[in-house]
Formats: sequence, structure tokens, C-alpha cells
Amino acid sequence: MSELSVKHLLGIKYLNEADIQLIFETADNFKEVINRAIKKVPSLRDITIANIFFENSTRTKLSFELAQKRLSADVINFSAAQSSVKKGETLIDTVNNILSMKVDMVVMRHPNPGAGIFLSKHVNAAIVNAGDGAHEHPTQALLDSYSIRERLGDVAGKKVVIVGDILHSRVALSNIFALKLQGAEVKVCGPKTLLPKHIESLGVTVETNLRKALNWCDVANMLRIQNERLDISYFPTTREYTQQFGVNRAVLDSLDKEIVIMHPGPINRGVEITSEVADSDQSIILDQVENGVAVRMAVMYLLASKIK
Amino acid sequence: MGQKVLLSSKEINIILHRLACQLLENHLDFKNTVLVGMQPRGTFVAQRLNKILRESYGVREIEIGFLDITFYRDDFRRGDKTLAANQTKIDFLVEDKKVVLIDDVLYTGRSIRAALTAIQSFGRPSEIELLVLIDRRFSRHLPIQPNYRGRQVDAINDEKVKVMWEENDGEDAIHLIDR
Repeated sequence: MSELSVKHLLGIKYLNEADIQLIFETADNFKEVINRAIKKVPSLRDITIANIFFENSTRTKLSFELAQKRLSADVINFSAAQSSVKKGETLIDTVNNILSMKVDMVVMRHPNPGAGIFLSKHVNAAIVNAGDGAHEHPTQALLDSYSIRERLGDVAGKKVVIVGDILHSRVALSNIFALKLQGAEVKVCGPKTLLPKHIESLGVTVETNLRKALNWCDVANMLRIQNERLDISYFPTTREYTQQFGVNRAVLDSLDKEIVIMHPGPINRGVEITSEVADSDQSIILDQVENGVAVRMAVMYLLASKIK
Repeated sequence: MGQKVLLSSKEINIILHRLACQLLENHLDFKNTVLVGMQPRGTFVAQRLNKILRESYGVREIEIGFLDITFYRDDFRRGDKTLAANQTKIDFLVEDKKVVLIDDVLYTGRSIRAALTAIQSFGRPSEIELLVLIDRRFSRHLPIQPNYRGRQVDAINDEKVKVMWEENDGEDAIHLIDR
């Protein structure tokens, strides 16, 4: 198979296993391309892509933009902070205005869950969800799985623990969907207040003891404590969170085996993980960033091929 | 669907040896020449030629690479379905080298056009030549001709030339298939 089953990438929930494999195989080829002396291919030279960010982002936006430029697409950028959204324009109006300038694909980040799905029903362009509130962040989950596959050979059968704020995290939700789809075992770990009720219904197990969770897993994905989303106190102090759920060298050394450490960034150094751990050989944090460009190239290339 | 044998295993072997000799005549020791097989099926031709040059003609070192042109095609979004990409494996720079592009069948010339663009990502070659096993005459869309050709055939557009290799398809043979 050489075609995705979907026209938009709204969430991992809407993909099947073959889609993920196709994205990974295509990303392998793009990874070779971005390591060449000349890192660019002309595939999307007649495609225009709008990056519409209603929420702050540094690395995702950079990664998407770099991926688009490596594919030779024309790119326009829009961030809500400097736009008419401030003047009260609706989402559909904003996007339709941009689309009447003949845009083929929209990469959107929005604070409201489901914004991408809403858009895909009302505008005529391929939509890539770059994060919608606490819902999904599909390209992050894809690059996380791709990085696990690269380091450990396969995702199927691996044990992955996601540590931290599961309640507010779109990265966690997309990762759970992606990992389960590929046949991995998933555990979530964090303070009870940051674990959603009934999370087990997604087929994951819950653990509140970090050391037990780490001893069980092959890979630990350490989420950032998103202070900007914590509207009430979910744990007494950051220091106490770090003591209970932070990973440092001593914790890793006390485990029976060597596990792989991941982090979607940006890191709060000294909170979720110490600098020593983030910069160690066990960490694949920088591989995740490099793979992000290749995976996003694959996603946009495969979606663009379906635009007629 | 009719099918006839265009070339047998024995004939293919003779042709490959002749092409190897022609390459040898122009490139001698292959010090400044690289062979680039085009994915997916030109790689078999390139590997066979590489083997013959080493084993039968004592050429010591030949640099060989594989080039995938999927991302450089000019029919992206125009065909019915997306083409799956293959691996590109070129572990050297082609800067100031002589490049021999190798493919199994030359038909419209569009793949070669894409390959000429793709190869630039690896440097500026001093010269590019084209070697094909089968040259389908009268079907070109672009002004592209091979420097070395195994056999020229006058297949009509409804027909398909299929090159089979022992390592991949169980036997060496070239068939002409009526569609």
C-alpha cells in the first residue's frame, strides 16, 4: 500500500496500523534526504501550505516549517498574536480568508479540542493537526514512535511508560493511541490528581510509584509539567513533584536495566528530568527533534499526494 | 494477455558482458567513475555489471550507489495513486566524478529527467552517461538518449517490457507483455 486511508491528519485515532507503517517507511527515505549535502527535494513545489498557530509554539512550528521548505512547498505563516483574531474574527472566517489565497494545506494549532476536525468539515484543504488543546498532537506521537522504532528496532511488544501530567497532555493521548495501535504495552504514571479517571478504558495501566513504573518499562516518556495549563494546584510544590516523579541519575542507576528516556520538549531541566539524564546516552531527546522533521515531511508528502 | 520472450538468460548474459566491455573502454580503471543504479529495477543491472567488471575484467574498485527518484518525479498528484519511495544509498559525493546512470528499460525518458535533477543533490558531476538494458525506441517524451544500450526494441505503447532477474524473480529473462 502506498496511500494513507485519510485525507487529513486530525489525530492518531483516525489512522490504522498500515498508515503508521507507511508514514514510517516514507520518513526513512526523508531522513536520508535531510542528511544529504543538499537537503531538499522538489516534490511539493506546486503546493502552498499555511501554518496557522492560535497557540504559542517554537519547536513544532519550526519543525513543520523546515519540513515544508525541505519539500519545496510555498509557506505562509500566521500566528494569532499578530492577527485579526484579536479583532474578533471567527476561526472559519480567518481560515477561509487564507484559503481564498489558494492554499492547499493548513497546519493548525488551536487551544480548543476538536478545532482541526471542525475545520476539516468546513474548508476545502488538507488539515494537519499540530495540537488541539488537550486532545491530540498526532505528529508528536508519530515522531515518538518513530524514535522508539529507530532505537529499539520495533515498537510492537515494547513497554512504554508515560510520566507526568496525563490529564492535560495531548502528547500523552496521541502517544497512547499510537503505541497501542502498534502493539506496545503502555503504562501511565503521575500524581493521582493528574491522571484522568477511567484512563484504563484506553487499554493502559496506571502506576503512581515512579520506581516501579521505570523498572517495568523499556522506554520512559517524560512529559513536561505545563504550568500554563495548571489552573488549580494539582500537587503541593514543584519540589515535591520532582522528588516523587523526577528522574535523575541515581534513579536510573538503581534500575535493573538500561531504559530509554524521551521528552517531547521543552524540558524543565531539574523538574521532570535532571540535565545529567537529559544529556546522557540513554536519552533520545535530540533524535526526536531530528526525526520530527523527517516524520512531518512524510505526513505532508503523503497528504499532498491525495490533493487533486 | 499475450507474452513473448524478448531475451533469454544466455542472451542477457552476453549483452551484460558487452556493456561491461563498453564501459571499460571509456572508463578504464573506474578511478573517477561511479555507477548509479536507479531504484527499483535499475539496481539489479548495476549490481550485475559491477560483478562482471570485478570478476571477469579485474577492475578492483568501483563505487556503486542506488538512486530513488520518487520525490523528483514530475507526475506527483497527476497519477492515480502515489508511488512508494525506495531507498537511496549513495555514500559518496559525485563532485567532479563521471556518473553512469543505469536503468533496465528506457521508455518516456521522464525517470531519467528526474534522475538528472536528483543526482545534483550529491554534487556536480563532471559528466553523466546513461546505460540501459532495453531501449524502447519511438516512445520518448523528452530529448534523452542512452550512451550504452543493451537491445533496442520497437514495442508499441500497449505493450510492457518486463525484465526479470534471478535474484528477484527466479530467472533471468526479458518478456514483452500485451496489456
